[in-house]
Amino acid sequence: MARFLANRLALSIVTLFILSVIVFAATQLLPGDVGRNVLGPFADQKSVDLFNHQVGADRPLLVQYGDWIWKFLHGDMGRSLQYQVSVWSLLGPSLVNSLKLAAEAFVLVVPLSILGGVAAALRRGRLADRAITITGLSLTAVPEFVSAIFLIVAFGVFLTWLPVNAQWPQGTGLVGQMRYLLLPSLALVMVLFGYIARMARHGTIEALSADYTRTAYLNGLGTTTVIGRHVLRNALLPTIAVVATQTGYLIGGLLVIEKLFNYNGIGQRIYIAAQNKDVTMLQSGVLLVGVVYLVATFIADLLYSVLNPRIRFGSVE
Amino acid sequence: MSTIASPAAGSEARIARRETLRQLLRSPTFLTGAAIVGFWVFCAVFGFAIAPHDPQDQSFTPLLRPGGAHLLGTDNLGRDVFSRVLVGAGDILKVAPLATLLGIAGGTVIGLVTGYFRGLVDNVISRIVDAWLALPVIVIAVTALVALGASTITLIVVIGVVFMPIVSRTVRAAVLGERQLEYVQAARLRGERAPYAMFVEILPNVMGPIIVEATVRLGYAIFTVAGLTFLGFGVQPPSPDWALQISDGYSLLNDTAHQGNYWIVLFPGMAVASLVIGVNLIADGISRALER
Repeated sequence: MARFLANRLALSIVTLFILSVIVFAATQLLPGDVGRNVLGPFADQKSVDLFNHQVGADRPLLVQYGDWIWKFLHGDMGRSLQYQVSVWSLLGPSLVNSLKLAAEAFVLVVPLSILGGVAAALRRGRLADRAITITGLSLTAVPEFVSAIFLIVAFGVFLTWLPVNAQWPQGTGLVGQMRYLLLPSLALVMVLFGYIARMARHGTIEALSADYTRTAYLNGLGTTTVIGRHVLRNALLPTIAVVATQTGYLIGGLLVIEKLFNYNGIGQRIYIAAQNKDVTMLQSGVLLVGVVYLVATFIADLLYSVLNPRIRFGSVE
Repeated sequence: MSTIASPAAGSEARIARRETLRQLLRSPTFLTGAAIVGFWVFCAVFGFAIAPHDPQDQSFTPLLRPGGAHLLGTDNLGRDVFSRVLVGAGDILKVAPLATLLGIAGGTVIGLVTGYFRGLVDNVISRIVDAWLALPVIVIAVTALVALGASTITLIVVIGVVFMPIVSRTVRAAVLGERQLEYVQAARLRGERAPYAMFVEILPNVMGPIIVEATVRLGYAIFTVAGLTFLGFGVQPPSPDWALQISDGYSLLNDTAHQGNYWIVLFPGMAVASLVIGVNLIADGISRALER
């Protein structure tokens, strides 16, 4: 188990390194020079040079990269070129907002899709199974902003049950905030449902045909007990794995959903930074997303290895 | 297989292929998908001829509700929504398949190399691929598109490159299953070079998984292009692209007095949904037919 986790941790660090190189390289490719972009076309060359010197954009690339990573690892993300305040003071609160949205989506999607997947597996090959599978497949395929449009038109515009924007007014309590986040979360739920339900279905079918399930039945255990105690546990494992792999998607999805619902999250911050060529904000925002992803997948791996005896006792890598 | 293939083996392969095709033509999943996608391809090609109005004409009364002279209403600039929906598939149906093709081509090469050579090459490339797969596609694409500037070509290249590692993983798995088989061993003993063994011997035998991967990837490509276009980094105005219509019109949903002007975004949304579902039904149908 320790070896499995060490492997995964090493892989995450490689991932993060590659991400940091990509982000750095991409932002270096941005047309025009940093000082010129910030100060505008009419600033004289002297002040542009001075600005570049102040923010350190005139140093060799390797030095800039090293400096950026070193500071990032020490919790210093630099100053936003656009807003001239510390990047963290803007990214921090946005990150909290995004985590709220992601948490609500997960809380909704996990039980819903496991239920769907297990129900489909129990009626394998019959109408209910086909209906759940095809609905899941179709919902997963539809871009999240399109599903969101359907939800907004139905629940926000026609039924007027839920607010069209996700950004709650100042001083809204937690329950009120959850209400504002319901539509955007549901849009994410629609995309994730198909994946998770499919994995849960697959795991359940495997467990249903396993010898230990037959033994449990032959020992006279009732269906509820067998499913609750033997089958469900196996359906859950692949689900955790897929939840981990979908975290990456979820973050990308946030970019789109937060824009659509005008919600001040980290996706929205990255989007605005990208549009305004706010290099420091963009670099640190994307890397921060990478760190969050890394932490999330590591927690999922940890959970997976604790729940899976084959890894706990080290018989598979 | 090619150099030593007997006529009998050739016709056997043909029979198998014909059988797969027959399976496909009897699969309701595949046929439904093909009909939907076929419809939108038709509209993309002939849409400008059959649309009741010029999709770019801004001379109508803005924000008309659906019905009457404007079946699906008009948008905030006074353009006919129905005509725009009809021709709105044009750009995405160019970008997504080309990006998929690029991703499949590159991914196949990487997958063949890693699967065939194994060892150090495989280890290093596979680690990089794993790391790459962990990155949020949209985030990478947005960063790259900001850096390179949004244009049709960069959009195709960026999505294609992002897809390569994903495709390579599928191809690698298929190659691993083939490389131990006798025909590959025979080619190696015959003294064939590695590129010959990979591209002439193995490649034809892993086409099945590659075709399935291509159809699945096409669905994702549409998903990704639509998302990027919505964000403003994909297909550029004044294209009547569906995602652009949604991007332009979604802020009008706040206008509760006017039913949120829902028709401006709902109908292009339904069009996008039908196209991706159609592509996925095709993918599902093909993978089922090939599995048999």
